[in-house]
Formats: sequence, C-alpha cells, structure tokens
Amino acid sequence: MSLSQSEAVESGVSAPEEARGGLARDALRRLRRSPSAIVGAVLVTLFVLVAIFAPLLAPYSPTEQDLSQIRPGVFPGPSAEHLLGLDQLGRDELSRLIYGARYSLVIGIVSVTIGASIGILFGLIAGAFGGWVDGLIMRLTDIMLAVPGLLLAIGIAALLGRSLTSVMIAIGVVNIPIFARLLRGSMLAQRESDYALAATALGVKRWRIVLLHVFPNSLAPVIVQATLALATAIIDAAGLAFLGLGSPDPSIPEWGRMLAETNAFLANAPLLALWPGLAIVLSVLGFYLLGEALREALDPKLRR
Amino acid sequence: MHNMRRQSFPRRGGVALVLAGLLVGVAACGGSDDGGGSGGEASEGGDTLVFGTSADPVSLDGAYVSDGESLRAIRQMFETLVTTEAGGTEIVPALAEEWESDEAGTAWTFSLREGVTFHDGTDFNAEAVCFNFDRWYNFTGVQQSPSVSYYYNTVFTGFAANEDPEQGESLYSSCEATDENTAVINLTSPSASFLSGLALASFSIASPQALEEFGADDVSGSGEEPSFDGEYGRTQAVGTGPYQLEAFEPNNRLVMTRYDDYWGDAAKIETVIFRPIADGPARRLALESGEIQGYDLVAPADFEALEAAGFQLLERPAFNVGYIGFNTAQPPLDNPMIRQAIAHAINREAAVSALYPEGSEVATQFMPPALFGYSEDVPTYEYDLEKAKQLIAQSGVRNPTINFFYPTNVSRPYMPNPEANFQAFQADLQAAGFTVNPTSAPWNPDYLDAVQTGGAGIYLLGWTGDFGDPDNFIGTFFRTPQEAWGPLDPAIYEDLETARAESDEDARTALYEEANNKIMEFLPGLPYVHTSPRIAFAEGISGYEPSPVSIEEFAKVSID
Amino acid sequence: MLKFVVRRVLLLVPILLGLSILVFLFVRALPGGPETALLGENATPERIAQVREAYGLDRPVQEQYFSYMERTVQLDFGTSIQTRRAVTEEIKQRFPATVELAVTAMLFAITVGIPLGFVAARRYGSWIDNLSTAGSLLGIAVPVFVLAFLLKYVFAIKLGWLPSQGREDPRVFTEHPTGFFVLDGLLTGNPSASWDALKHLILPAVALGTIPLAFLTRITRAAVLEVGNEDYVRTAEAKGMTRAVVTRRHILRNAMLPIATVIGLQTGLLLSGAVLTETVFAFGGIGSFMAQAVFTRDFPVIQGGILFLAVVFVLVNLLVDISYGVLDPRVRTR
Repeated sequence: MSLSQSEAVESGVSAPEEARGGLARDALRRLRRSPSAIVGAVLVTLFVLVAIFAPLLAPYSPTEQDLSQIRPGVFPGPSAEHLLGLDQLGRDELSRLIYGARYSLVIGIVSVTIGASIGILFGLIAGAFGGWVDGLIMRLTDIMLAVPGLLLAIGIAALLGRSLTSVMIAIGVVNIPIFARLLRGSMLAQRESDYALAATALGVKRWRIVLLHVFPNSLAPVIVQATLALATAIIDAAGLAFLGLGSPDPSIPEWGRMLAETNAFLANAPLLALWPGLAIVLSVLGFYLLGEALREALDPKLRR
Repeated sequence: MHNMRRQSFPRRGGVALVLAGLLVGVAACGGSDDGGGSGGEASEGGDTLVFGTSADPVSLDGAYVSDGESLRAIRQMFETLVTTEAGGTEIVPALAEEWESDEAGTAWTFSLREGVTFHDGTDFNAEAVCFNFDRWYNFTGVQQSPSVSYYYNTVFTGFAANEDPEQGESLYSSCEATDENTAVINLTSPSASFLSGLALASFSIASPQALEEFGADDVSGSGEEPSFDGEYGRTQAVGTGPYQLEAFEPNNRLVMTRYDDYWGDAAKIETVIFRPIADGPARRLALESGEIQGYDLVAPADFEALEAAGFQLLERPAFNVGYIGFNTAQPPLDNPMIRQAIAHAINREAAVSALYPEGSEVATQFMPPALFGYSEDVPTYEYDLEKAKQLIAQSGVRNPTINFFYPTNVSRPYMPNPEANFQAFQADLQAAGFTVNPTSAPWNPDYLDAVQTGGAGIYLLGWTGDFGDPDNFIGTFFRTPQEAWGPLDPAIYEDLETARAESDEDARTALYEEANNKIMEFLPGLPYVHTSPRIAFAEGISGYEPSPVSIEEFAKVSID
Repeated sequence: MLKFVVRRVLLLVPILLGLSILVFLFVRALPGGPETALLGENATPERIAQVREAYGLDRPVQEQYFSYMERTVQLDFGTSIQTRRAVTEEIKQRFPATVELAVTAMLFAITVGIPLGFVAARRYGSWIDNLSTAGSLLGIAVPVFVLAFLLKYVFAIKLGWLPSQGREDPRVFTEHPTGFFVLDGLLTGNPSASWDALKHLILPAVALGTIPLAFLTRITRAAVLEVGNEDYVRTAEAKGMTRAVVTRRHILRNAMLPIATVIGLQTGLLLSGAVLTETVFAFGGIGSFMAQAVFTRDFPVIQGGILFLAVVFVLVNLLVDISYGVLDPRVRTR
C-alpha cells in the first residue's frame, strides 16, 4: 500500500457523532432497507448456524470411510442416502461440507481476533502517544504492508510448519498492520475534533478522553474492517490449503483442503470440486456484502 | 480488499444476478465428464514426439543419478555394456557383444562392438570403456557420497581411496584394454549380480573427450547438497545412443535429435522432446489437448476415461512393492504383537481395490510374484479387526500410539496418492483402537531423509526394482541393518548375505524363499500392493515397449 | 516535483531496511531455530550441522546480521534446496514470465474494468450497472485458483480452444532475447511464436486479472458517480459544456486518483495471486516456483522470493505515489 494511500484513508475517516444512539439507529434503518445487507446477513447467519450446529445437521460422520463403494476415479454421485455423494475415500460429502464450516469459522474468527486485538493495541498506542512512538509504529506497519497479504501469510505459515495454528497466526499477522492503521487514523482524526479540544480545554485528563471518548468512537470502522477481514481470511485460508499449508491430518474436512484435493480428479468428478468451492464463495460473499453494507450504514457522511 | 475506499452503491437486483450467475455456472460445469478431446492426434509430419515427464532430469551424467527422470533421458542417449532384454529382465548384449569370466569369476572379458562412435565423433573402444570405469573408481570427495553415486555404491561398494572409513572394499579392481575392442574388467571377488548391475543406466559409457572437456568431475558442495559445476550433465552429454542431446532447457524441455551415425537401427522419430509437467492431472490434460503425445505415471483415476477417449494405455509389468514400513526401534513397534495387530487391522483388499487400478495385487511379501525366490508359504495376516484388538490387549501396551509418517508432493506407481493411502490406513488403525499421530513432509529430501535416519514410526514407502534379482528388493531393504527398519532378527541379515553370495541358482531360489518366510514372520513392515503402472499414448503411436525395470527406448517408437 | 520524487524514494530505504531486519529476526526467533526454518522438523543431524556451518549460525548475532546484510545487498539469497542453484539465478530466470503475466492481467483489468465502471456509473441503475455489480462481486468472492480451475476446465478441457498450461508449445523453437515471449516472437521475426505465447497467456491472465477487474470496475463506478455529483461538474453541464468535454476535463481527471490508488494496491494481489494461478497453469514464473518451494519446504527460495516480490510491490507503489504528484498538484506541495 502506498504511503499517500494511507494518508487518504486517514483523512477519509470522519468526525464522530455526538449522539451515538442516533448513529446506531440510523445505521440499523439503513441496513434493513438495503437488499445486499439482508443477503449478506442471511448468508453469514446461515454459515454461523451450520458451523455451530454441525453435529446435529450432518447426516453422517465426516471422517467415516466406506471404501467398498470406491474405485479409482469412480465415486458415487448424489443419491438418496448421500445428498452430495461420496468423496474419494467414501466419506459423505454433505457431512464434510457441514463440518467444514466449523473450520472456516474458527480460522476466520481466531485469525481476525489475533490481527484485530494486536492491531488495535498498536493503533491505540500510536494514536494516544503520538510523536516518535507513533512514527515508529507507522514505520513498522509500513514494512509489514510492503509484503502483499497472501505472500506474507504464505511465508509465515510455511516457516511455522504445517498446522492449523500456523495458518491462523499467519493470517492474523497479516491483519495486524491494517487494524493498527485504521485505529490510529481514526483516533488522530478525532483528536483534532471540537469535542476533544473542548474536553482538553476543560481540563479533562488525557487518558480519559482517549479511553472514554475517542476510542469508542473509532470502533465503527473497526467493525466494518473485521467483517471484511473475515471474508479475506476465508479466501486466504483456502489459498494456503491449496498450497499444502494447514493441518497435517488430511482427513480434516476443511473447505480449502477439500478443494485442493479434488485437483487430482477434476476431470472425473468435477462436482466434488464444486461443493467446497461454492461454500467458500457463498460465505465470502456473505461477509463481504455485510461488511460493505455496514460500512455504508455506519458512515455518517452518507446521511442525506 | 483491505483498504477499499468508501463508495456509494445501490444494489438493486445486483445480488439476485450474482446468485443467478452462480446457478448458471453450476449447471454449465456440473454433470458428467465425457473424457475431453478425441483420441488424440499424432503430431503433424510424424517427426516429433513430445512426451510428458514428471520432472526435469537432475543430471544427464549417469554416474550421478538415481532418479527415474534422469535415467529415462540417459537411456535414450547412452548405452551400457550389457542391457536387459526388452520387456523382461534377462541380460543381453549392448555395447559388448560377448563376455565371459575366467574360472575364478574375477576377470571378465568383454568383446566390444566395432564401428561405434560417440555423438561427438570420437571412437568407442576398450580405452573409452576403461576410462569410464576408472573414472568412477577414482571418484573423490562428494562424488563418493551414496546420495551422488548411488548405483556405483550399490554394485561396487567402494572406491580406489575410500574417504569414509566405514566404506567397504571396492568390488572393482581394474580395467585393461587388451586390444582396441576387448576390455577386461577385474574384480576383487567373484560376484553373481555384477553383470546385471552393469545394465543400469548409471554405468553408461560416455565419451572420454567430452567428460574431460566439459568438467564432468567438477563437483562441489556436500553429499546432501552437491553442486554440479561443470557443463557436462547439464548442457553437454555425449554417449553412443540412438538420440543425441540437442538442448536442455530446465523447466521447459529436453530436446533430443536422432543420431544419424548410430551403429544399430536408426531411431524412427527425428526429434523427441521431454516436457516436464509436475502435476499429474495436468499431464493428462496436456495429452488430451494434444500438447504431448504420451506420458508416464498415469493416475489410476484416469484409466477408464483415457481409454474411453481412444488413448492407448500400455502396461508396465508389475515389478514394485508398496509397503508400510515399521521402525521397530520405536515403541510400541518393538512389540511383535503390536506389529501383528497392525497387520490384521489394515484392510489391504479394500484399500487396493479402491485406490489402485484393475490388475493390482495385494502383496504378501516384500517382492513381486514375478521374481524368483517368491515364497508361496509366507505367513499371511488376514484382515480381522477382532484379532487385532485381541493382540493389542495381549501385548500389554496400554493406549498404543503410533506416529504415522506420510509424504507429500509425490506420486509413485506403488503409491499414486500417498494422502489417500494414509487416510484409508489411519481409519483402519483407529478402528482397532490405535491412536494415530499424523506427520508429513515433502518427499525429497525431507521425508526420505527422515525415514532413512529412523525419524518415523510407521511410514509409507515402496520400491520399483532396478534389475531382476531378489537382492534388489529384500536385499536392499534387509541385508544390512538400517535405521529405517530398526533392529531385525539377526538371522535375516545372515540369510540374505548367504543368499547373495550363493552361485547355484536353485539353491539361491530356495534361500530367498526361506528368507521371505522369515521376514514376514518377523514383520518389519506390511507390504500391501504390487501394481502395474501405465503409460499413456495418443492413437497412432506404436513401438513403445514397457519394461518392468523401466528400460524403455524411444528409438523404436514411430508415429503413423 | 523533483523534490517530491526524491523524498518519496528516500522513504523507501528505511522500509526495505526494516523488511530485511524483520525477516532476519523472524527466522531466528522461530521455535527450533533457523535451522528448522531452513530444513524443516525432520532434518538429519548431519544436514543441521552443515547448515549451521554454511550459514554461520554458531557465530554471534551481530556477526550473523552483518554477513546477512552483506549477502542481501549483493542479492545473494542463498541456494535453492531443490534445484541447487542460486536463488537469485532462479528468480532472474523466471521473473519475466510473471511480469508478462501480471502486466497482461492488469491490462485486461484496466481495459475492461475502467470502461465498464464508467458506463455503469453513467447508466446508473440500468441492467449494465447491475450486471457489472454482480460480476465484480463474483470476481471478489471467488478465490483466484477456483477461477483458474474453472477456466482451465471449460476452455482447455471441455472446449479445447486454448492450451492448458505452459508458456509455449513444446514444438515451437525460438530465441528468447528478452524473456518476454510475446515480445520475443516479434523481435526475432517469428510472429506465430508470439501468437502461440499469447494463446498461452490468455487463460491465466484472465483468471489473475479478474480480481483487479472487479475492484477497478467498482472503484471507477464509484469515483465517477461521486465526481459526477460534485458541484463543479453540474455547473459545467449547466453552463452548456458538451458531455464529452465535461467527461474528459473534469470527471476522468479527478477520478484517476482513486483509480491509480487501486491499481497500486492491486499489484500486490496480482503478485500473490500469481502464486496460485501460475501453479494451476504450470506457467513457469516466480509464482509457481514459490508454490513449489512451499511444497518442498525450500526455505531459501521462499524467503528470497517473498523479499523480492515485496520490493517489486513497494516500487510499484512508489510509482503510483509519483503519479499522484502528476495527477494531483495539491499533493506536490505537501
């Protein structure tokens, strides 16, 4: 990301609303009206519900194999007993897909949490203290952002070794500078705002201003970014799985991995590639639509 | 996606379109597959054949290689003194027309073919033969490492000046060019397998002039990471074979053209190109779209589709074994009951029928049925989950945990999809009550290194035979103590040594049969499959003769 | 203007320096030490000893850092474990392929995306608008390798219209003076080779370029809409300026800023997407090389490749920054 772009991001963030209740109510109203927000919310809710209630929803165990029905390159397609057919080791595809939602959800949430919490901490420190602390943290984020996201994740995950944890840490680290800049920019913009200056003039302690006023008002863009980051996390996790990074146990029904495995028999059973691919696309779409809708809803500049 | 600028953006109907688009996409690409293009077209003109390989050759200098792709290329451009008969394992003449040994079995006289020239025009003669043998014998430093000169180490064991104190005495002693076309090779002790070893591509005779001029002996680095600094083996490779090296562009192609002064039948096709395509499905695609006219290591999943589309699938006779190795030094594998429990727990029939092509056999021992010394009386271990559980209970091991190591980034004829095999076996083991710890590593060098140094618990591995001798299978595995297997019953080591040295054929056969029985009794691992790999060709390509030891010549191939 | 450029270039130095330090520290901070990073968990003691010696890992940290910096400045990234050649050599050999692919992908994204976004904005609410929205949403949500598979399956397998992999047909023999195959064909007077190279470029470039395409469409549309609603544009239209002039003089010029931003950003996505796309199409550039390195745990290549691509990314964004100076006079004075 270019340096000027970061400045643009900072200046693009607006001054806070005095009555936060007004913003929230407004936001909700706008969300309810926007069709994409609804679609996004529906997809996300579906995704989360499937992930949480997987054991209840899945007709079979995701790891139970039935080799008797399998020949090389010949896997039974959709049938009455197995709605999406069997995979290359005789496991029920539908159940694997359902359980796979769990892995995607966990990877997404954990990595974004890591990235957001550390990022927010840095951003807070930078925004609160200013000066050389701010400069140092900004240089650090510049460096981290110099490496394109997926590449950084690949490098980190490859060096940390094959495990789900490495993937989560890798994607989390990629998110750190983004959240740091976001929060810092938000806070900087507000430090100059009227109410903050007024509070300082009145003698309110600095830390009170920061923690009790500036910080909460910076949360809106963070929420938006977190939602978008979830979407990116799912895509990146799939990409990393494609490259063989992730759990060393190949029987785990992670969508990206399921997709990567189908490469070997794409020409024989393209449907098996379709299901995890579709699942990924739909969940990514859901978070993305929701995130974009939230961004609009929470942006006071659009209140016309 | 991270720093999108805000924008105003109504989405009336936009999302509905998205979903509609998805559905259309689903309908378009879902459904059955009809096998792709027609039965392949032969290349226009019939004078170029492009063959899909799985990787670039590591080097074109036979002395330094043991990987299949290097050997495949070397086979087309080089020849050895003797070779195996096409499609079989018997020794027949190549650059040597006749040979005989003296009474002691230590002096072998080879009568060489006359009128043979190297690709650079120099003459092939006894001097050239001795130059090559002496060159190998006099390897120094990194060249002596078994990971560099693998086959020399296997057949001849030692060098003129062994740098490793553990290294044995060289079987080779010297070579004399008694006249222009007669070379005598002197050994330090009689050997029965020396001759079949000479058929290996690593003992190809290269042009002495080229070897010297292009720095064939410039090797630096270490045994693990050798660096071949000379031009020879990369941009230069000069032999006597029907094809000569035209160009080697790593990662792109290896181009060979017909050598017009070849002593035998000229190659039928003018230009043969090896195109490395690492991804199996991509090779199939390339064949179907006509970019290549043939490829090796066809995935079992593709057999039916390719045949239905009119391609030829040639079968290479089964000469391999796929097995699960046990590191008997690592508990609980040191306990024979645990090993037997594993053998009974794994449903080999189901795995083989699900993951391997028609015609593959479940293995009962560590060598294929075609080889002499195969025993019909080995102890077999039926698939019996109850028995497995009983054995575990009897073994006294509580909560048996197994470290199961499998390779990634590899596909072998005996193991087309290691991950699939792993998952099938893991499920079986878990059903019997084992706890399985999965670990994986990329095949080369991490996985192989780790297995060879005893870093694995149980692991997936296999072997394709190099020449038609049981010693090449069970001798390679079990004749000497190796960390990969842990300590075995000492009787096994002794028996295999004795069998190797035995010169009477019938006695040898009996000894090897007995050895196989002992091995399967001890159970250092569980062999599970012998397969016949397939090579695919487009319609109209003929003359390719698959060989169990992969000695296959493109010179005989023609395009109609 | 010059001062602006120089300032921007100078800012590069601490970034690159910082990057190299970060990489150095990260590798050494790993559990199991840098030897594990270089060799993986299952390395034999001999290999570990060799690596320790080769990389001087038993010397004090400052010494290590200096020799590391020495080597990095000389562009010595070590030797690839797989191919046993210098990493720098391998990168140099493969870089043109990735550049050709990335440039073609970006050109595709620009030539389709910007006009599409523009038209969508001008015909706000029409079917073109909705179609472009739908398309760009798909472009963002579909992972690049899924798209690559899809394209390969449909156009190379089922329809057979385009080649499925590689950069050129193996039976084509031409010289490659520049390493950019399309260009080389023209330079050596062999236009059919250029055409062959182009055919091999189409599918991967479309797959790779779809994401920038999606973003460019959206941002162009948004920027054009926003600018179009600005007072000065409406004034111009009210004054009677023809549409074309208004478009050229006001709308496009002002919309270029965010568009340039996105192009800079998207280069990063292109570079990382190239890793996946090149693998699916066996394209032989740095991307597929890095993917192979990940599969085979070839850490010197992974490290060197990432550093190299990061530098490229930073440089491209530098160019974007400088282009701001050209596009927006306000920026120059800051």
